[in-house]
Amino acid sequence: MTAAAIRTPGRTSFARVIATHQSRDVLRKRWVLWYALCLVLAGDLLLRLAGSAPSALVSLLNVVLLLVPLIALILGSASLYSAREFTELLLVQPIPRRTLFIGLYLGLTLPLLVATELGIALPFAIERALDAATLPMLFMLMLISGLLVCVFTAIAFVITVRVRDRARGLGVAILVWLCLGLLYDGLVLAIATTFRDWPIERGMLGAMLLNPIDLARTILLLRLDVAALMGYTGAVFRLAFGSRTGLLLAFGVLIAWIVVPWQLGARAFDRRDF
Amino acid sequence: MIHCADVHKKFGALPVLRGVELTLTPGRVTAIVGPNAAGKSTLIRCILGLTRPDRGHIHLADGRDVRMPAARAAMGYMPQLPSFPDNLSGAEVLEMLDALRPDVAPDRALLDRFKLAGHLDTPVRTLSGGTRQKLSAVIAFRYRPQLLVLDEPTAGLDPLAASVFKAAVVAARDAGATILLTTHVVAELAALADDVAFLLDGTIRFVGSVAALLRVTAAATLDDALTTLAQPAADAVPAAALTALANAGRVRLVRESCA
Repeated sequence: MTAAAIRTPGRTSFARVIATHQSRDVLRKRWVLWYALCLVLAGDLLLRLAGSAPSALVSLLNVVLLLVPLIALILGSASLYSAREFTELLLVQPIPRRTLFIGLYLGLTLPLLVATELGIALPFAIERALDAATLPMLFMLMLISGLLVCVFTAIAFVITVRVRDRARGLGVAILVWLCLGLLYDGLVLAIATTFRDWPIERGMLGAMLLNPIDLARTILLLRLDVAALMGYTGAVFRLAFGSRTGLLLAFGVLIAWIVVPWQLGARAFDRRDF
Repeated sequence: MIHCADVHKKFGALPVLRGVELTLTPGRVTAIVGPNAAGKSTLIRCILGLTRPDRGHIHLADGRDVRMPAARAAMGYMPQLPSFPDNLSGAEVLEMLDALRPDVAPDRALLDRFKLAGHLDTPVRTLSGGTRQKLSAVIAFRYRPQLLVLDEPTAGLDPLAASVFKAAVVAARDAGATILLTTHVVAELAALADDVAFLLDGTIRFVGSVAALLRVTAAATLDDALTTLAQPAADAVPAAALTALANAGRVRLVRESCA
């Protein structure tokens, strides 16, 4: 190894520098604090109202599945748009674009991960609801929420890199959230109702994989042992995702939901004119 | 030295740069001037490696393309509108940028001359526009760049800070840096620029020293000279100027009809 190679930090080191400083900036933003507080308050309220920690977790799941993608997409995109001029200054520094992209992605994702995980876990710690039955479920909720943060910040990057205009980009982010968080469910429900006499369970399984929020919901509901509430479809899902292989497949698809948008964002960032 | 060779750039169907040929010489301040929408910002962005030309290339004296990260180690950039992460302090911004250029010992001279040290510990969002502009200037000069790109640099600076800034530009030029400047302030152009590159409709219409520009356009002031160049007709340049061209080694006049 040459002296220069020892002295000059590699790409990982540059990405860490960018991620550290960007994280520090994002963590100090007021909306991150409000987001974490919102999750803490929701968790605490549900713990008090639901009576038991597992019931509170099921209710919290619905809050998390709506709020986490919304915050990661909308506020993530807004944060990236407002940092655009500084990103240009960073692009003039002697670092590869891909390294900068990694640093910026981690710089946005890590603070959101911290806020999400603390927001979910704190109420259970405060209310001393961390018994042996609750802990694995809580861990699963935290894991899936973390993956959703990674998925939707990656999608936020795709939007902000590809859509130059801030107002249009935020509109696209809201539309993506509406489609994946609300409309998709309605569409699936409409199809299920219309074709209820047909054997469409396999098709429904496929439909779950096309939406990370639905996929996350399915994994969680099966793990939280409330699949019975989903009737026959729940039984089919349990058959598909209940086994270790099925669970691995579900997580694999969820990770693909991170990797594919991330790659699309990174490639667009490499080629984009600033 | 930096050389732009036959640089073309379109945005959609709109041609913004149309075969720009420009060589920036070390130890000189070159001002890129031209009316709005002439392509100045796009050319600067191409030189900085932020925008990729559709055709042609831009490279340093050693042949390295400006889009290569290593080539950017030689660059310093002061944007027109400085923007930093709101919640970081000036010191944290500098610390971050220092860490991205570990092989260069940061130059604190301009920081001291601007007396900026007292403002470095507060979040950037609380700094005034002028102080942010000073921070931006400090960053541009901090790593002793061989190529300095200054986009409307004194726009938000008070007269005292502008004077400190101009002294820094002159010092960098005297130390051999290649300096590229854009400005709409003719007084600043007269004070800082050694050479002028006049861009109109995406092509370079004139490159040469300020004195040559006045001579070629037979204008009494820089204002008049730039107005003459901005006229669309190629014949706007007086015939007498063409004679002057023959003797002006540093002058190159590009006429639309010949380009």
